Formats: sequence, C-alpha cells, structure tokens
Amino acid sequence: MAEPALKTGEIFDEGLDKGIAKLTPEKIEQVVSSVLANETGARLRVYTDTCVHCGLCSEACHFYLSNDNNPAFSPAGKVKQTLWEILKKKGRVSPEFIKHAAEIAYTECNLCRRCSMYCPFGIDIAYLMLVIRRICHKLGVTPQYIQTTAHSHAATLNQMWVKDDEWIDTLMWQEEEAQDEISDLRIPLEKEGADVFYSVIGPEPKFRAQLIYQAAVIMNGAGVDWTMPATPGWDNSDMCMYTGDNEVMGRLKRAHFEAAMRLKVKRIVMGECGHAFRSVYDMGNRWLTWKMPPIPVIHALEFYHDIFKEGKIKIARKYDQPVTLHDPCNVVRGRGLHEMSRYVVNQTCEKLIEMEPNREHNFCCSAGGGVINCGPPFKNKRVEGNRTKAEQLFVAKAKGAKTVIAPCHNCHGGLEDIIHHYGLNMELKFLGDIIYECMEK
Amino acid sequence: MHGFYDFVSGPLVWISFILFICGSLYRLITMAVLAKEKDPMVYAYMDFYYAIRSIFHWIIPFGSVNMRRQPAMTIVTFAFHICLICVPLFLFAHVILWKESWNISWWFLSDGAADIMTMIVIGSCIFFLVRRLTRPEVRYLTSYSDFITLAIVAAPFITGFWVYHQWIGYKIMLIFHILSGEIMLVAIPFTRLSHMIFFPFTRGYMGSEFGAVKNARDW
Repeated sequence: MAEPALKTGEIFDEGLDKGIAKLTPEKIEQVVSSVLANETGARLRVYTDTCVHCGLCSEACHFYLSNDNNPAFSPAGKVKQTLWEILKKKGRVSPEFIKHAAEIAYTECNLCRRCSMYCPFGIDIAYLMLVIRRICHKLGVTPQYIQTTAHSHAATLNQMWVKDDEWIDTLMWQEEEAQDEISDLRIPLEKEGADVFYSVIGPEPKFRAQLIYQAAVIMNGAGVDWTMPATPGWDNSDMCMYTGDNEVMGRLKRAHFEAAMRLKVKRIVMGECGHAFRSVYDMGNRWLTWKMPPIPVIHALEFYHDIFKEGKIKIARKYDQPVTLHDPCNVVRGRGLHEMSRYVVNQTCEKLIEMEPNREHNFCCSAGGGVINCGPPFKNKRVEGNRTKAEQLFVAKAKGAKTVIAPCHNCHGGLEDIIHHYGLNMELKFLGDIIYECMEK
Repeated sequence: MHGFYDFVSGPLVWISFILFICGSLYRLITMAVLAKEKDPMVYAYMDFYYAIRSIFHWIIPFGSVNMRRQPAMTIVTFAFHICLICVPLFLFAHVILWKESWNISWWFLSDGAADIMTMIVIGSCIFFLVRRLTRPEVRYLTSYSDFITLAIVAAPFITGFWVYHQWIGYKIMLIFHILSGEIMLVAIPFTRLSHMIFFPFTRGYMGSEFGAVKNARDW
C-alpha cells in the first residue's frame, strides 16, 4: 500500500553517508543473501511469517508514543521499513535504502524488548533489528561515533582507547585518592583466587573514575575478597554487539572471561551497566557457544542486594530526599533484578516513589542499544523521541521525587539528557552513589 | 452444477484436508529442522515450564498487560478465535457429515448458538477490517495480502450463514461455502494464518527466554 512520507529531516552522519557511497546494488544483494542464508534461520522465518500486522506492539515503544503515535516509529513499522522490504526484494535494495534502514535499526530502536511483551506472539523484534544491524555492519554502513568505539574495542579490547598502563595508573590513582578517606583501602590487582573479579566499562576509567573509587569503598566496607585485572579483559562493555560486529563481540567476551579464569576467581561482579550485562550474560556468551556464562556473572544490583542481605554494609544515615527508581531494560527485562534493586533502595533511602509503569514494563531511557553511542547527529532525535520518559519522570516528580536512581550507565546518559532537555530539574544518581554516600565507612 | 458440487464436496475435501494436515506438518518439521541447523539456541533455551507459563497468560482473556490496555480488541479477538474454531467443529450440519461419511460423531452446538457464533465471527471480521482501515498504526503495516487473508477467513462464515438461512441462490452459495472452507484450510499452513500452528512456539520461546534465562515476566 502506498503511504505518505512520515518522517522529515535528513541527518548527516559521516559513517552512514560515506558508507553508502561505497555500495553497489550487487554488493548489497550479495551481503544480504549471505547474512540471510548463513546467519539466520527458523526464528527469522517464523517471526516474519507469524506477524499478523495487528499493530498491537505500537504502544510498547517510547519512540512511537513520543513521536505522536507516528506509525513509522512503531516496532512493526520499523520492521516493515527494513526487513520486510529486504525480504520482499530479496536484497535488491538501493544504497539509500540501506542508509535509511541503518538509521532505523541503530538510532530508532533501543533493543529494549518491551515490544516482545506487547506482541501476542512474543515476536523478538529486537532480534530482527539486530539482523538489520548485522547486514549494515557487513556493508560497512554504521554510524560513525559508535563505529569509533567498535574500532577501539577491536584494537585495545576496551571501548575508550585506554592504554594498558593508563588502566593500571587509573586504578592506582583511585586507590591513592580513596586512601585519603580510608587509609587501609586497597584496589587489589591481579589477586589470584579472589572471590570477586570486579569489571567495569571503558568509560569508567576514562571519565567516571570516581565510580571505581566508590566501588572500592563499598568492596572494602563490605569486606569482600576482590580483585581487578591488570591486563585487557577488564572492560566488560561491548559496542560491537550493537554495531553487528559479532566476531569482535566474541573476542571481547572471551578476553573478559579468560581474565577472570586466569585469576581463578569465583565470580564476576559487574558495575552498574546494563548493556555490558546483556553482552556477558546473554549475547556474547551465546556467540562463544556458552549457554550460560562459563563463570557466574553478578550485576551490581544483585551484588548490592546480597551484601545488604548479609548485613555486610551498615547505613549511617539514610538518603533523605525522596527518590524514584528507573528499571534498566537489560537487567530488569534481561535479568529480573527489579525486586533486588528495590530492596537496596529501601535499605538506603527514606522514601521510594515508584514511576509508572515500572519493573518489566518500565519505559526505556532511549539511550540503550547503542543509540546514545551513535552520538551528536542523532541526539535530538533520541531525546525528543523519548518525551514519554520525561512525562513518566515528571509524574514521579509531581509525587515528590527529587532524585532519579538509574543503575545503568546508558540509562544515566539518556536520562541526564532528558532531564536537561525537558527542564525536569531532578538529580540523577547511580545506586552506588547513594550507597557510598550513606554507608558507614 | 451437480458435477461441480460432487467435485468440491468429494475429491477437493480430501485434497484440502491432506494439504492442511501435511502442509502444517511440513511447515513444522521444516522449521524444526531449520532451527536445529541455524538456531540451535531455540532448543537449548526452550523450557517447558516457562513456555507453558507464558502461553497460559496469553490465552487467558485479559491475562497480559497489553490485553488490559486494549479491552475492545481483546474481547473481539477472543470471541472471534473461539467461535472460529468451535463453529466448524461443532456445527450440527458438519457433525452429520462426519457421521454419514465415517460413522463417527460428537457433541454439537444448537443451531441458534451456532448462528450467533457465526455472526460473531463475521462481526469480528468487520471489526478487524475497520480497525485496519482506520487505525494509522495498523494501516501503516497493511498490505493487500492482509485483506485477502481476512477475506479467506470471513468467506466460509458469510457463505455458511447464507446457506443456513436459505437465502436466494443458496444452492450455489453452498458450493462457494465448501470451496471457501477448503481454501481456508489450505491457506492455514501457507499464509500468515500459520500463526495458528506457530503461536505455541513463538510465545513459548519468548516465555522461555524471559522466564528461564532473564528471570522476568513477558506478559
């Protein structure tokens, strides 16, 4: 059926525009057929055959809701504009089509999987978007900013071009800083046989080093036997998973698991990051053919929950501002940690005001899925594409919430932009910030 | 006329049932084999308990958040699917045909109930059509095949209703009725109506992923 053009405004992105300049229709057709024939199978077929075009997934998506119910932003609408066309034309599509498809798959879908809970058939639309990303990656059409981080991953095994000695330096620097506060505090490097292998994402040493400081104080306060590696493999983040570069995703996860194995630790504890958890617990391990991670992987929320349950941390004074809690998709829809995070919030804060909807049904921050990593060209679209979140936060604010707790790096970045853009004037914190602030040291 | 009637009510019935049953088995088996080859994870993560848990929530009216958000659609969808399956199976006139041909029989609906249920199916089809034409998010996804699919489903009920009430030309309409029923049967495995055979697997798989791996609810 013919439909009117629903989107306006061309975005220039070096990666996408230069990427398609190198494409020919033959190359596109060849790559599409090879991905479809070699890398997809029954799931793709059944998902496309089973979709009855009912549109019931639409209201699950914050992009759809925030763009005044524009159907081009509905989950199935995005599949229609990308995969259905590609399948119908058997890959005979133009370079401009690929640019458009890349823009949809990389910047208009956070892979948050909320739509799978609204589709009566449980069609995994995030997976279908990942197939499109895989095709675009193989065609060399990826947004420039996220591709830069993917290059960093490939070259350094971390996301931020952190050199091996800079990593160690940063840890020692944070250890020294923290020793001003707690004189016997250590950040134990390369401790074999420790209980906990603590891993973080590249941006932590790069520009949020205080989070490593805080984590060290929490570990120290809880008396945890922990360590961090002095070698690559310390970074659990993974933008390659989101660009469609599965091969490098596999290398990253292997390096991460192997660093933990080498140190013979009992488990990996990860910082407050959602996408990294998805990569280690859900996608990267599968690429390496591990049904579940080869070594237990504990997200920060679960770790905090456990140390509070075991009474290892005492609270000196509860956080007195009313807080609201954001449920990040990758650890809530991806791991069901929502009750654990609430337990920790109730242990540390005077008052929790729920945002609606919450838990598995929470709205995405619109930064995840690599969308924020696609950088400035897509920032306006991302922030304006999540008015829904602003409204949700505003209701919580109206009920009295002053602080938003977002226990995920991407959510943090996304919510920061939303709070700023919509003038919400709320404070934004990690759960670790609150624990650090309120614990007995 | 009689020759054609004999054809649609004889050999074509056989052909359509064979195509429906074998086609459905073919789709299921080829997908199972393809999944084994290309998506072995489906077998690894499929979990009986969580699959059933998810399916259960989605076959109970208002069992999921989205169903509660869309009450009209939920009521129509459930009424439609229940009537769509029950009327052809339990219509007295159909049960008689099984009795005459195979000497087997089972419980049947009263004619009045069947008549109402048929109207529910036809009314639901009109609802789906109007929804498809008027709701922008549905219209956006619509292609001609969606109207054809809807027509394939509605036709046996419209013609059946016509024949039962013996309206004008009902003898020809009977031929159309049988023919359209056969078309629908054959269409199930080979069109989007195949959601009938794949629903337990797609829903079950998502339920397994959410329940067993991700420790979360998917409804």
